[in-house]
Amino acid sequence: MYKILKAENIADKIYLMDVEAPRVASHCEPGQFVIVKMDEKGERIPLTICDYDREKGTITIVFQTVGASTEKMAKLKAGDSFQDFVGPLGRPSEMVEEDLEELKKKKIVFVAGGVGTAPVFPQVKWLYAHGIECDVIVGAKNKDLIILEDELRAIAGDNLYITTDDGSYVRKGMGTDVLKDLVNNQGKKYDRCIAIGPLIMMKFVCLLTKELGIPTIVSMNPIMVDGTGMCGACRLQVGDEIKFACVDGPEFDGHLVDFDQAMKRQQTYKTEEGRAMLKLIEGDTHHGGCGHCSND
Amino acid sequence: MDVMKKVPVREQDPNVRNKNFDEVCLGYNLEEAKAEASRCLNCKNARCIQGCPVSINIPKFIAEVKEGNIAEAYNVISESSALPAVCGRVCPQESQCEGVCVRGIKGESVSIGKLERFVADWARENGITPKGADKKNGKKVAVIGSGPSGLTCAGDLAKLGYDVTIFEALHEAGGVLVYGIPEFRLPKQTVVAAEVENVKKLGVKIETNVVIGRSMTIDQLLNDEGFDAVYIGSGAGLPRFMGIPGENANEVFSANEYLTRSNLMKAFDDEYDTPIARFKKVAVVGGGNVAMDAARTALRLGAEVHVIYRRSLEELPARAEEVHHAKEEGIIFDLLQNPTEILTDDKGNVTGIKVIKMELGEPDESGRRRPIEIPGSEYEMDVDAVIMSLGTSPNPLISSTTKGLEINKRKCIVAEEETGKTSKTAVYAGGDAVTGAATVILAMGAGKAGAKGIHEFLSNN
Repeated sequence: MYKILKAENIADKIYLMDVEAPRVASHCEPGQFVIVKMDEKGERIPLTICDYDREKGTITIVFQTVGASTEKMAKLKAGDSFQDFVGPLGRPSEMVEEDLEELKKKKIVFVAGGVGTAPVFPQVKWLYAHGIECDVIVGAKNKDLIILEDELRAIAGDNLYITTDDGSYVRKGMGTDVLKDLVNNQGKKYDRCIAIGPLIMMKFVCLLTKELGIPTIVSMNPIMVDGTGMCGACRLQVGDEIKFACVDGPEFDGHLVDFDQAMKRQQTYKTEEGRAMLKLIEGDTHHGGCGHCSND
Repeated sequence: MDVMKKVPVREQDPNVRNKNFDEVCLGYNLEEAKAEASRCLNCKNARCIQGCPVSINIPKFIAEVKEGNIAEAYNVISESSALPAVCGRVCPQESQCEGVCVRGIKGESVSIGKLERFVADWARENGITPKGADKKNGKKVAVIGSGPSGLTCAGDLAKLGYDVTIFEALHEAGGVLVYGIPEFRLPKQTVVAAEVENVKKLGVKIETNVVIGRSMTIDQLLNDEGFDAVYIGSGAGLPRFMGIPGENANEVFSANEYLTRSNLMKAFDDEYDTPIARFKKVAVVGGGNVAMDAARTALRLGAEVHVIYRRSLEELPARAEEVHHAKEEGIIFDLLQNPTEILTDDKGNVTGIKVIKMELGEPDESGRRRPIEIPGSEYEMDVDAVIMSLGTSPNPLISSTTKGLEINKRKCIVAEEETGKTSKTAVYAGGDAVTGAATVILAMGAGKAGAKGIHEFLSNN
């Protein structure tokens, strides 16, 4: 069992937990993910690692409730445990294995969208810890969905740019608008962009950075079952190759990813998941309407 | 009783079982087992033993069954096999022990598999377990993967007194026995979990949720965790796809994904959270045992199922019994046909599959006649899901993170057949990770060889 040491609701439908998992904490690097399973009957849910403490042997995970399983997970409190907690999975971010001196010469910008801010956090932290400054753009639908602002501000200071789609906080606009502004109006030059967020947001960041000529890395957060390369459910088209996000990724060259196909694939279980949620919420009173049971 | 024929085994009626996930074959009772055992000729030069990859003393255990000494029969089997209840159910006996049985020359061979299953089930029901080592030898061995190969290797080493820990990537021990083979062929709780428990009773520790190559590397096991040797039994888990248009569409699954959802995650059971979509008409591409398992699972979940295979019935690689069961249950075989494209609507959902008919030409390098497309014979079949069951290759996680571990061009680990020895000192390997996808019993044979190799290595060090 893997004990939850801290559980917080940090934004609308977004939760943060510190979990005791010494084996994972001793070997994980930025960019990697874990798979959690609540109990005997639960699903295997892939989650990005937001932070880790090698000494305490803990991993910080951040997740948004999107279906029956995450809804159930949100109810867990400090002191509860996960039955299973596997990781670290996937390959570490490219930067971890790069030559540090070469990396120091590069100007990097992050574009984080919503809950995608969580996997961006350890990368930013890692860079600053190695004496490398970078710019961080965090975008969300509205003020209530901005996460980890104080934590990022403490590391990146004025290099953090916040934006909201509806203008309810700091400025109105998308992450792409901020990036465009920084490059076109404020004379910023970037050698690399790392974009993590919803598929649609990563798609638009990639369209822009292609135009601006900035090589871009994206983190694909698709549907996974085993997370170890066994099922192929997370396959995606990258250039002319089929890649498995869980073993070959999760980070890929954003200019080669077929986002439209990935978005279609993501729908497969989204609907099923939504139905399962209906069933959970309605409990014993659930009698049809979900397209899933005999009473429809 | 006709001695030329096997004592028939009781099975669930095809029209009942194709709607449930309970075991198809019900096995022998004591009376039936004794009657079948009496058909054994107790050959001096027993060809069946040579036909068994783990060399079970078959005539000896059958002689005990004949006398009604089932506990003794179990001890005979246990000397060679750690998983008899599994092997009695899933081994391709017709091409191994039973395939060379002298009884089979004029009549039907002795039903060795069903007898093995009876003995193992009887032992479990009567609380008889294998005996462990009296004394530990103080040496530590890590086994990677808790599938048939890893369990066998770990069991053999534990019996020799080694302190063995199995590292399993998934949350449950058993490997392909839990994620791959369906409940209706191999019950998970009564059979697999019980045999895993038996291996634990020998003193083997099993740590789940550890992905070697990610959570830890092999070098860390040897240098930091204090293991004296490592056995890699990580299997062949990476699914293959055809590379035809439309293959990344929604509702195109690898058999691995489909079966993992249903078997490991128990998606067929409403009590469990993992979803599995129920389809109307499913095409399963491929003809191996895994294809049969996927097809029969989809059938039980309510679909009309077509197995599309590019050669003829004769070349079908699945076990005869599985094909027979599949046909009885209502699976439709579209033989000498091959998909060329998966058809989708604008949302990327599967609407059909385009198939071309084939004929057989001259034998190819595999010795089987090469299938050749018949020009102009393409047609479209309406389906709402496609399951690709084209085989698997070893996962690159371990080979790509272990320096000095030689692999061949098929991404399989290079290891000596007799000992499991790899190019890296103290590292042994076997099973599908070495051979590519094969059978449970061959993986067990390799596990035995690996245990022998490690024992020799550590005895001389």
